[in-house]
This record gives sequence, structure tokens and C-alpha cells, in this order.
Amino acid sequence: MGKIKVVQYINQFYAGIGGEEKADYKPEVREEIIGPGMAFKAAFKDEAEIIATIICGDSYFNENLDSAKEKILQMVKKYNPDIFIAGPAFNAGRYGVACGTIAEAVQTEMKIPVLTGMYCENPGADMFRKSVYIVETKNSAAGMRAAVKKMAPLAMKLAKGEEIGSPSEEGYLSRGIRKNYFAADRGSKRAVDMLIKKLKGEEFITEFPMPDFDRVEPNPAVKDISKAKVALVTSGGIVPKGNPDRIESSSASKYGKYDILNYTDLTSETHETAHGGYDPTYANQDADRVLPVDIMREFEKEGKIGELHRYFYSTTGNGTSVANSKAYAAEFSKELKNDGVDAVILTST
Amino acid sequence: MKLELGYIYINDIKFSDLSKVENGTLYVNKEEIEAMILEDENVKSVKVEIAKPGESIRITPVKDVIEPRVKVEGPGGIFPGIISKVETVGMGKTNVLKGSAVVTTGKIVGFQEGIIDMAGVGAEYTPFSKLNNLVLACEPVDGIEAHEHEKSVRMAGLKTSTYLGKLAKDIKPDEVETFETLSIVDSIKKYPELPKVAYVQMLQSQGLLHDTYVYGVDAKRTLSTLINPTELMDGAIISGNCVSACDKNTTYHHLNNPVVHDLFEKHGKEINFVGIIITNENVYLADKERSSNWTAKLAEQIGLDGVIISQEGFGNPDTDLIMNCKKIEEKGIKTVIITDEYAGRDGASQSLADADEKADAVVTGGNANELIELKPMDKIIGDIMPVNTIAGGFDGSLKEDGSIVVELQAITGATNELGFNKLTAKEY
Amino acid sequence: MVKEIERVGIPVVHICTVVPISLTVGANRIVPAIAIPHPLGNPSLTMEEEKVIRRTLLGKAIKALSTEVDGQTVFED
Repeated sequence: MGKIKVVQYINQFYAGIGGEEKADYKPEVREEIIGPGMAFKAAFKDEAEIIATIICGDSYFNENLDSAKEKILQMVKKYNPDIFIAGPAFNAGRYGVACGTIAEAVQTEMKIPVLTGMYCENPGADMFRKSVYIVETKNSAAGMRAAVKKMAPLAMKLAKGEEIGSPSEEGYLSRGIRKNYFAADRGSKRAVDMLIKKLKGEEFITEFPMPDFDRVEPNPAVKDISKAKVALVTSGGIVPKGNPDRIESSSASKYGKYDILNYTDLTSETHETAHGGYDPTYANQDADRVLPVDIMREFEKEGKIGELHRYFYSTTGNGTSVANSKAYAAEFSKELKNDGVDAVILTST
Repeated sequence: MKLELGYIYINDIKFSDLSKVENGTLYVNKEEIEAMILEDENVKSVKVEIAKPGESIRITPVKDVIEPRVKVEGPGGIFPGIISKVETVGMGKTNVLKGSAVVTTGKIVGFQEGIIDMAGVGAEYTPFSKLNNLVLACEPVDGIEAHEHEKSVRMAGLKTSTYLGKLAKDIKPDEVETFETLSIVDSIKKYPELPKVAYVQMLQSQGLLHDTYVYGVDAKRTLSTLINPTELMDGAIISGNCVSACDKNTTYHHLNNPVVHDLFEKHGKEINFVGIIITNENVYLADKERSSNWTAKLAEQIGLDGVIISQEGFGNPDTDLIMNCKKIEEKGIKTVIITDEYAGRDGASQSLADADEKADAVVTGGNANELIELKPMDKIIGDIMPVNTIAGGFDGSLKEDGSIVVELQAITGATNELGFNKLTAKEY
Repeated sequence: MVKEIERVGIPVVHICTVVPISLTVGANRIVPAIAIPHPLGNPSLTMEEEKVIRRTLLGKAIKALSTEVDGQTVFED
């Protein structure tokens, strides 16, 4: 049997093309091993070879989902690989979504095994863990070695059609498929042992992790929006020029609250973005493109809304842990409530 | 309260002119049993059969399984409030015909009765395939109402089990095991350093043939209360239960409650097992709230550090389970819950109908929706036709050659939520 | 973030480009945006044309806030 043929998908950053300013890079295929592919090549030894690498900018992929997906799919088909590997994407949200989307499409269309890797809080993880194997990685590229160490052997198993072990054995994010097996002890003994561990404060492993039922019921609609006080909130990192609170460009540890009482329009003179996860050019030119103060003021004048709340709240969404963003959102939501805000428009980049 | 259980090991069962226990063999006079069961005017006919481990026999639809026991010393008798007087049990000596059971079957009562295969792959999923069973196939009189039908079959099983148990009254047990529960005050004095642990047992009480009886009282008409572990061993709780076969607790399960036994294993060593709280699973939300409030209150009142909570059945009882867990955790008492799953045949669906992050320690008896193929057996006891309609079966379950494809749900005791089995599930 | 706002009892509309992420994070009222770096604008148009787009999107947002929803709803037009 010859070597296993691999096609890999990576973004513009890992291809060495550029960062956010190049995120609109169009899909391209190169018959060479690029970036993370080198580590995979080493891990595969002689068993497999990467015959082509597909590169696509993260923004391009997400903004042209259907056409980008189709184009990349055609590229993969041309090489007829035994397995398709996307990423790893670590905690890059749009990269993760791109990896998941294209991996799922290849799996469905070409009926070949696929594999990707990402951090468990990457939005792509929740979106695709049920349909494709996603190896759990660290939250930054510093975890590349560890990621490849888990992804390469799993890729080989998948390519050879071998039986895949449990998530903890293989290192992939659980796909939520429950399978029966016979344990060494009966259930009651396992329960007693678990209780003793729990009482002692020792680590124990539940046999059924509780699902995330954290859905919030939609609130009733605003009765009369023309009388309502509406607030703007953004995860696009819009801040007054100079970023007075020094909100981090990524993994934000705080949020900003800014007065817009005297603004009818945001301009390149007054506001900018602190967000490090997308190309800031357009938001810096005109922050209304992210935080639409200009139109909201017009709506206010025309009586379409009652009033625009005098403060807006801003954070940077990328790389920020779920727990963190939840905590400070809870904080400013209370403020909004106390200030008598009737409705919120949240914009994200 | 102290009870000595004397085990008489039964490794064979035979019909004979004289009912007796001799050298590990249970001899049964068939005619005597038949005559006793036919005393009930609601029973039209009964067939008494034997099913031993490894035999090519399929028993279905199974209603209950009961282990024969007899009171040797101490107050009251087995199955108080039903067969015996309503005396408090759980003290003295009780003999057990270990390795034997009475199984009731015959015309289906509810939709949720089960299958016991004595051989083949199905046998691995039910603990009752390992027992020497006396099977009663009871046919009711025509036009009988379902509750009356259920009661007649239930009583036939309990009476037969009592009859067999009495054969062991004067026999010296092969092995004796002693269980003792002190008053809470005394046990804290004795084990001041050990965490105080109780067992919260949820009893199926949904009505419509989904009932459990405690000292003869229908559990749905009870408030959560305390009971001694040894009372269970004398049959204080019995099943009146034609619910889903895989996760209902038969009377056999109640007599041999594995949580009780495994808590006793660690009692005085790593934990102080102080007793049991029983609570129900009613159909009204107010009842669910009240019962779980009482359970949590009792747990706090007796000063517990930890509990194991076992469920019975599935669906809306998942809510009772989560309420119990949440409210007890909120009192600062640690919980482990035992349940089973309905994750769909492919295992990809939501396993439980309710959930809460406080339920962070869960033991599962497996996914009841998983399919299993059961090869044909040489002999059927009971009635094979309901296989297409029992819970876990479906139209087409029964093949022409006699093999059946069913969900594990249809196998008696397969995903038991007392943790009776080794079967469990994990996530892939 | 969107859930926390909803949780305090304020109806919220999420204007965002990657709708599937919004669905995953649990937004109930969603209005699809133009593009990631400029969700409510389009630099290839004139400022005036851009404002027309922005106005349309915010019009949808206002409509979404005034509409009763049963669960997660994407307001396409």
C-alpha cells in the first residue's frame, strides 16, 4: 500500500501571507507543505504525505461562505486524498468556523474522513463537534506541537478506517454520541465510590456530563419602539480615539462604557476600534460601520425610537473566554436595566 | 436495627411431589402452587414452568421477579402490609433462597413489560438469566379491569414466593451476613469522624400500573419518609409496576437493593451509612415540588453530608431526580445520582428530559434505546405476540424465524437505576 | 453577552455577520450584517450609499425588537 494522501487547509496567517490585513485572501491551492504542515510531515514519518495545501483568508471564507466552500471543495476533489485535515485553528473564531465548515463539507461530499483541531471555546467547536472529529487544542499557536501529536495519529487511524477510541483516549472533543459498555463494577458500587471521592474533595468523573441547557427565553417585544430608550452595545471594540481604558485587542479583561451624548456621528477623529481580530481599517475610518451612532441619532430625531441611551458599552470579542465575557456582560446588563433601557442593539464583527 | 440474612444457595430447581429444599435444590410441587393461585377468582388459568440459566427459553411479558425469603426470628413476616401483618420488619433473622426467583408472566397488563432470555446475548443484559426461576404464566378471567389484573398477578407472585420461602425456615444457611443500623445519635457517637451518608430512593408512583407499595401503602399517597435499610430486606417495599422493563425496580431489586449493600460495604470504614429516605415520583408538579422539598428537608434535618439518589423509570421522573439533587445540593449536602439514558438508537439525542449543573456526579445504567438482536429460543413462556407493542419493541420487532430486534428498554432490568448491573454508557 | 442582556429582562437584537455563531451563543433576535470588518457599512460604496444600508439594517433591528418571537429567529428581511 502506498502512502496515505493528505490535503490540508490553513488560513492566511499560518500560510505566512499576513495577519488581519490579509484576511480577505482568496482560496488558493499550492502543491507544497506549508506552515503547520511541516510538523505534520514529521509526525507522519513515511506513512503519509501532504500532497497539497489550501489557503484561504478567514474573513474571505466567512463572508463568502457558499462560494468559498464550493471552490475549496473542488480543489480538494482534484487531489482525491485519503484524508482531509483543516487547521488546527486554536482559539481563532473565524478560522475555527472555516475549518469546521469545510471539513464537514468534504466529509459529506467526498465521503472521506476529515479531521480538524481547535480550542474547546472556539465557536467552531460547538458548531461542528457533532459532525466532525475535532482534536482539542490549547488556545494559541503555542500549542501546535501538542496538537499535532494528537492529530497526526488520529488522522492515520481515520484514514485507515481503524476503530476510534473514546474522546479521552484519542484527544478529540466529544461528539455527544452515547455508547453502552460493561464497566468493571456495578453501578451502585461506582456511585458509592464516586460519593466518597466527592465527600473527600477528590477528583471524580461523572458518567454523564450535564448538557448545556443555558438558553435564555426571548423577552417580550418592545411595545412601542418610538417611545423606547435604546442602547448600543458592541463586541467590535469601538472606543474613543486613543483607547483611554486600554481595552486589550484580544482576550479582553474589561469592557468600556462611553458617553455619546454629544455625538451625532462617529468619525476617524473621534473613535476607533481596539479589536485585534479583524482588519481595523474600515472601523477606524468610520466607527459608525460597527457602532451606528449616526443613524440611531437620525432615528431619534425622526421619532422612530424614543431616545438613544447616553452610554454605549464596548468589548473586544475575540479570544475572550466565555466565562469572562459572561461575567462582565452580566455587570453592564444590570446597569442598563437600572438606567431604564428598554431595548439593546448589539453589534458584532 | 439488626438483621441477619441467612443465604441458602440454590443451584437447581425441579418439580416434585413434595416441595422442599435439599442439598441446594429447590423441589416444587406444581399442583400445590397452581391450586393456591387459582384461589383468586380473577385468575382463569395458570401454567407453572421452570427456567434455568443457559436454557433456550424466552420469558415474556415479564411483570415482576421475586426472591423467596422467610422470617426465621424477630417480629413480623416478609412483605408486611401485603402478605404478612403490618408489623415493623428488619430485625432478627431472615432466610433467603439465594439463586432462585419467582417470575410472573402471562397476558400483558400494560405496554411496558419485559423480556428475560435465559441464554444468548439477551441473557447478558438481565440479571435474572442467572437464576433458577419458577415461572407463573397467569391468564386472567375475561373482561377483567387492568388494575385488578395487575393486582391478581402481583399477588400470585408474592404468595408463591412466600410459599417457597417457608420451605427454608428450618434450614441452616450456607452463609450468614449481618446488617445493623444504629439510631442516628448512636451512630454519630460511634463514628464521629466519618461523613454521614444516606440513600435517597425514589419510588415509581405514577399510577396507571406504575406503582410501588410500602408496607402495603400506595407510594403515591405518601410523603417522603425515613426507613431502615434492613426493612427493605424483609420486603417492606414491593413493585406493583408494569412500567418500562429495563429500569423498573422489581421486588427482587428492592429485596436486594445494591445501593444499600454497597453503602454497608463502606459503612464504619469510609462513611457512616445512617439510613434511607424514600420519596415518590408523582405526576403532578405540586407533588413533585412537595416530595423533593421534604426529601431535602429530611436530609438536612438528620444532618447528612452526602446522599446517593436513585431514580426509577424515565421521562417526567427525570424532573423529580433533578429537583431532589438540586434541592439537596442547595443544603450543602453532596449528591451522586443514578439514572439511565434515552439517547436515541444512535446515541446522539439528549439523554435526560431534565438537567442541572448541580448534578455533577452521575452514574448511568446505559442507553435504553440501543438496539439488540435476540436470536430465536426453543421455548417461549408467556406470550410472544406483545413483543411488537411493548416499550422498546416496535412493529416488526418479531421476525418470522422467532428472533427479535428490540431496544434494551424491553429487557427486564437491563438499565436498572439502582446500579444493579455493570452496564453503563460513555460519550464518543 | 447577548444572553446576559436578555437575562436581565431587556429585549436585545444581535446584528452580526456570522449568523451560525450567533445561533450557537444563544441570541434570540438576529439580524445578519454585511461583513466582519464592517458589519453596518460597505467601504466600496459612497458614504451616502452606506448610510442607506445602515438605515435598512437598523430598520430591521428595530422591527426585530418590536416583534414577539418564540425562539431563536433570524430576521432576513
